[in-house]
Amino acid sequence: MRPSLQRYRNILDFALSSLLRRKGRNLALISVYTLVVFVIASLVFFVQALKREAHELLAQAPDMVVQRMVAGRHDPVPLAQVEAIRSIRGVDEVQARLWGYYYDPVFGGNLTVLATEDAALAPDAIWIGQGVARSMRVKEGDLIPLRGYDGQSTLFSIQKVLPESSELVSSDLVLMAPKDVRALFHFPEGLATDLAIQAGNPRELPTIAAKIVELFPDSRPILKSEILRTYEAVFDWRGGLMVVVLGSAVLSFIIFAWDKATGLSAEERKEIGVLKSLGWESSDVLLLKFWEGTVISVTAFLTGVLLAYAHVFFFSASLFEHALKGWSVLFPRFRLIPALDGYQLTVLFFLTVLPYTAATLVPSWRAATVDPDAAMRS
Amino acid sequence: MIQHPGILALLVASGIVSLLLAAAGWQGFRILRGWDLRSGSEVQLDLERRTYLVSTLVANALLIQILSLFLFIFTAEGLHNQFVGAMCAAGSLAVNAYGYPTLLMKVATCLLAGVWLVLHRADTQGYDYPLIRPKYLLLLILVPLVLTETWLQLSYLTGLKADVMTSCCGSLFGQGRQGFAAELAGLPPRLMQPVFWGTFAALLGAGFLLLRFRRGGGLFSALSLTFLLVAVTALISFFCLYIYELPTHHCPFCLLQREYGFVGYPLYATLLGGAIAGLGVGALAFFRDRESLTAVLPTLQAHLAWTTLLLAVIFTLIVGVWMALSPLRL
Repeated sequence: MRPSLQRYRNILDFALSSLLRRKGRNLALISVYTLVVFVIASLVFFVQALKREAHELLAQAPDMVVQRMVAGRHDPVPLAQVEAIRSIRGVDEVQARLWGYYYDPVFGGNLTVLATEDAALAPDAIWIGQGVARSMRVKEGDLIPLRGYDGQSTLFSIQKVLPESSELVSSDLVLMAPKDVRALFHFPEGLATDLAIQAGNPRELPTIAAKIVELFPDSRPILKSEILRTYEAVFDWRGGLMVVVLGSAVLSFIIFAWDKATGLSAEERKEIGVLKSLGWESSDVLLLKFWEGTVISVTAFLTGVLLAYAHVFFFSASLFEHALKGWSVLFPRFRLIPALDGYQLTVLFFLTVLPYTAATLVPSWRAATVDPDAAMRS
Repeated sequence: MIQHPGILALLVASGIVSLLLAAAGWQGFRILRGWDLRSGSEVQLDLERRTYLVSTLVANALLIQILSLFLFIFTAEGLHNQFVGAMCAAGSLAVNAYGYPTLLMKVATCLLAGVWLVLHRADTQGYDYPLIRPKYLLLLILVPLVLTETWLQLSYLTGLKADVMTSCCGSLFGQGRQGFAAELAGLPPRLMQPVFWGTFAALLGAGFLLLRFRRGGGLFSALSLTFLLVAVTALISFFCLYIYELPTHHCPFCLLQREYGFVGYPLYATLLGGAIAGLGVGALAFFRDRESLTAVLPTLQAHLAWTTLLLAVIFTLIVGVWMALSPLRL
């Protein structure tokens, strides 16, 4: 081995043995450090995983949704608009969607009722999502009553419970025939809730949207890209907000680390004094301190990241799920897909290791430049 | 401002770098003012001790600065879908007037801090602190630059506003920004190809001259900086076309994406490292006549020159091989 490398190795060896000699103190530091990394890492991973989930969900969404506004409120769209919009150049498909919310007083949750033209749906039957089945404690073949607009209950038989794999989108969903939706909500004929539009070329969407507004000034087109952008912004905002809140935790950790690094024990001062009188230079002691810091940071960082990974992807981030995900009676149960990339790790590194390193620079320099004779005499 | 964790990380990093360098600058100023090697006074001993502090602070700050350069680009890249019309980092950086200046200042401060570390390395080799004055003068130049960079970055990041949906109007299509430089135009490849290969050859030639005859340190240094500029221009002008396999896509940032094997990282790292080492050769050339350095300086310069040449060759090999293997023919 080259002598310069050998020197690094020896100093690293020495750093490890000196860390081990002060086990209790360093373990306390590492556990606090790990905790800080763990909390921030859980947050960063969780936000990233939610963003990814939203992306994957919205990949199936229509390119554009057109709503109608009356007095600033969302109102049903006349079906006559479908043909007019379909004739705009660039529009591939226009689908009038019929849907609404149904509040179930028994278990206090909102269901999303959506009309489907699927031929497999039997008359007077419905398909329900996993969440609905769970909260109503029903299964395939059961009958459930839904209260219509006039207070009359209608019985529907459950033909199918939608598969678990689609739970994130279908948890609170009830699918029924269009005529049943209209009857349940007294929804007038000739109107739809909104229009879903697919375009061949996504670059034409803004132009198509402009033409729709020109044709129907009371309409409100919403592009898929806008929904995505808004989701990103909301998740970033929530994540960032939590990071800011946790900033105080990081700050107190830094003060703790600074304090630990400054308060050299008499024994440590003596040790450095002996080293220096043996011929160690200040730069060697600085290197020693650097290695000590690196060992502590790497240990805490890796442990924190691993714990956070387990927390988020195996235990669905149970500690702050509610703050970030939002809540609802009929919340879908889902496990996040593990996603980890270099960028998140770098961000994490910046938020935790850098402040620690910066806080220990001056104290290590102080330790390294101590006068050997003064140190040994003290 | 967007409360993105990456943005917070950048703010933390630039805050730390500014703090470290401001502290280092203050110590440097004290050292410059009170330095007297012949004196054995307590003050002088204390100042000598403080040189360790300054070099530790600057070394750490430089490391953070280089990392944050990449984090900055990556964050800009990740934010592009929050702005209407931005396709990648090129678009996000153009969202307000501070984006590109921040990037340029980051590169400039990285280069200068690298040169500072080269000077520091030479300084520690001489027994009588031969470069103490030039080193701390350079530090005093570096500090305001880094503070400016921090301010620019803060202005850029706080000026970012995501184009989110509003309740009155869903679409933002009506207010799409004008003059959005999402696509950087490149210089014509016909012009840039000979310029790039010419500069590369000139750099190799100057390197040979320096290593063989120990002459032309300044020339080599100037050429290494030119190589950095020319290589980035050539990258935008034609190398990236081969990498993207698209004759119209001139973007220096998409190279950093997974689709292109993260090739941008080795490319920019070799360019930056090469330029730092090359500038170091030139900076050291000024101090050849310092008595305590005459023995060590040529070796150090030779090491640096080799580093520059090696990195330039690696860069050229990567882009050259990619160009040769790319199915695109211009």
